[in-house]
Amino acid sequence: MNYFKIINPRVFFQKSGNGTDKHIRMIITSVILAIVAPIFIFTFGKVLGSSYEDANIFLSKPTNAIIVVLTVCIGLLHFRYGVQTLIEDYVRGSTKKILLTIANLICYSAIVINLISIIRIYF
Amino acid sequence: MKEPTKHKRPLSPHLSIYRPEFTSVTSIFTRITGNALLIASLLIVWWIFAASGNSENFEVVNKILNSWFVKIILFLSLWAFWYHFLAGLRHLYWDTGRGFDLIHAKYLAYGVIAGSFVLTLLTAINL
Repeated sequence: MNYFKIINPRVFFQKSGNGTDKHIRMIITSVILAIVAPIFIFTFGKVLGSSYEDANIFLSKPTNAIIVVLTVCIGLLHFRYGVQTLIEDYVRGSTKKILLTIANLICYSAIVINLISIIRIYF
Repeated sequence: MKEPTKHKRPLSPHLSIYRPEFTSVTSIFTRITGNALLIASLLIVWWIFAASGNSENFEVVNKILNSWFVKIILFLSLWAFWYHFLAGLRHLYWDTGRGFDLIHAKYLAYGVIAGSFVLTLLTAINL
């Protein structure tokens, strides 16, 4: 295995290469999520569904915002790689391409929306 | 010109061929829970987006988030999260090349199921 790939940020942005790349991306995102997501559950979970003021106070704190952005954005990337494996396992042909495009659209737009909202709250 | 012949290749996890077993079902549930978590993720993204706008629009979104139907979805997602979390740790353990023999695989499967319920209860009490 090429260990350089683990620390190379390019693996997140390059087009589909080979199978090991996909697996490494899954491992990187899952290890980050294994640390960040439980913190997210115990902090953000208490605020979800509360008032407008509470939400803004919580999200304007940098540490909370970092946890939220890391969990949501890396979670959606993790989902994007996972759902690609799911689609490739069960679907073939142009249906596969359409589904992969929809998955890309949903994931990347949700990531952008999340980043914009966090920036809007912060400033 | 001759048309290229299309082969009907088998799809990889032969769900309809293999007899479902306890360990394989826990593995399939990893996939189901992982993909189902998209709904909760999008709800959270939507709620945060609403919180970044004005308060009138936020109230509408917040009311939907606090409806019993969405609350059930979020509670089930909490269990799905913990299940996927533990099953993911199990996969990371497997990636080191350990825990593949039948006894270990079975114990890990029991641990994932029991652990997911315990952690869901703990978080549900805490939140």
